Amino acid sequence: MKLDSMYQDIILDHYKHPHGRGLRDGDAEVHHVNPTCGDEITLRVKLDGNVLTDVSYEGQGCSISQASASVLNDLLVGKELGEAQQIQEAFLELMQSKGQLEGDEEVLEDAIAFAGVSKYPARVKCALLSWMAWKDATAQALAGAPVKESA
Amino acid sequence: MIHTSRTLDVDAIRKDFPVLSRILPNGKPLIYLDNAATSQKPKQVLDALTAYYELHNANVHRGVHTLAEEATALYEGARDAVASFINAPSRDEVVFTKNASESLNLVANMLGWADEPYKVDADSEIVITEMEHHSNIVPWQLLAQRTGAKLKWFGLTDDGRLDLSHIDEIITEKTKVVSFVLVSNILGTVNPVEAIVRRAQDVGALVVIDASQAAPHMVLDVQALEADFVAFTGHKMLAPTGIGVLWGRQELLEDLPPFLGGGEMIETVSMQSSTYAPAPHKFEAGTPPIAQAVGLGAAIEYLNGVGMDAIAAHEHAITEYALQRLQEVPDLRIIGPTTAEDRGAAISFTLGDIHPHDVGQVLDEQGIAVRVGHHCARPVCLRYGIPATTRASFYLYSTEAEVDALIDGLHHVRAFFG
Repeated sequence: MKLDSMYQDIILDHYKHPHGRGLRDGDAEVHHVNPTCGDEITLRVKLDGNVLTDVSYEGQGCSISQASASVLNDLLVGKELGEAQQIQEAFLELMQSKGQLEGDEEVLEDAIAFAGVSKYPARVKCALLSWMAWKDATAQALAGAPVKESA
Repeated sequence: MIHTSRTLDVDAIRKDFPVLSRILPNGKPLIYLDNAATSQKPKQVLDALTAYYELHNANVHRGVHTLAEEATALYEGARDAVASFINAPSRDEVVFTKNASESLNLVANMLGWADEPYKVDADSEIVITEMEHHSNIVPWQLLAQRTGAKLKWFGLTDDGRLDLSHIDEIITEKTKVVSFVLVSNILGTVNPVEAIVRRAQDVGALVVIDASQAAPHMVLDVQALEADFVAFTGHKMLAPTGIGVLWGRQELLEDLPPFLGGGEMIETVSMQSSTYAPAPHKFEAGTPPIAQAVGLGAAIEYLNGVGMDAIAAHEHAITEYALQRLQEVPDLRIIGPTTAEDRGAAISFTLGDIHPHDVGQVLDEQGIAVRVGHHCARPVCLRYGIPATTRASFYLYSTEAEVDALIDGLHHVRAFFG
């Protein structure tokens, strides 16, 4: 059934039991919205030198956007920035593939479950919401954006 | 106008809409419940578009050749059809725009550039409501920001109606214009026009009514409304996209300044200055959406043939049935009035913690088209503390069987995410 290609069990698991959810200390904070549907995410990144030590987030949205943020937290926390950026680019490429790519499990791990979502243009933005927020927050952290205290 | 039939032959009506017999790529028949976003088109409208392009296509109000005269007659005939449909005192009060958003922006800009007594300035107040579509919020925010005027609004009650308890403090002697929606696109609420118009008239404020969700579904009589301007769009009432209407009282259209300048809207032009054509042409700069206006004329002919009172009665019955059946679904919360009284045929709801995107996706798998999101009315979502809703909306061709399919679909959604 087509629907199962979007709602893989891995995605539903991350949606029901998100990893790393909640806002913690960070070096930069961003708030991104998906204006077509109202999905929102507030995301902070914490860097220690060149290492991404935390990605914390709060938000509201559909299963795809929430699961994607959980997977992002799994994949990127603890990575060096260069590697994290490569993972982000690989995920972006997968989501823009219109169902043509399967994704490299060595790089993307659980995130390859989103390959099916790439066939649904209206939902690609949901999957990318947290990843675009992370990219923005990381750029701001590197530019020396003001430190935010945890709420 | 023909308002004779009391009941609809829905089976016969459905046969006029080719898309309603479509089988989707997943093999499911289409169940189209997104009519508040846009309506489907009957073949009578599609035929009118084809005939226009195959036989009569020309620019309007310009040439002396046969096609130019035919195109002009068809375009102006559509204006006559609209004027009659809304009971306008004069056909010259019907301005064609591209959609309701443009109609509302046109009014806001007329008032921004107007002389006294209409001029909106830093001493003025503008009144809207919390249940407006963004198209009836943002133009007034822009006007307020550009003139220094104060923007005020009516809030909402918990059951999805306008809170008019402070009407005398919200509409005051400073109020220049009150703009509100007749039927909410997200809550379905039909608003109490008379109470608002009465207060606005008492303080000398102009009244603008957004009838986008009313014109397709009920008898719309601009004289009975006693408004100064009424805006609506064609594509929600069986017509093509790209054609909207602004009705305005004749003396206002004569007094107020044009907004867009260009061809068609002028009387004489020199390099120093210009004089303008009388309304409605003063507000129709450039080549208008001619075929789309012709399509709107054909749509109105179709609606009149069915009868707007019969359409309203049919939708009321469907809405009543849908409200009753939806409330049988566990964890389903209707956002808006829960009974069919003073209510249109758009029903928004939440389903437990399941996000509307996910609801809509699983329904789509079953061939059911609903709208999900904030429906261009984000302040309503904020008011009720929800990120978004799922919305089912009905029209003259909707059936109880489609409501039943929606209910089955929602049970499936709950099972899927349970």
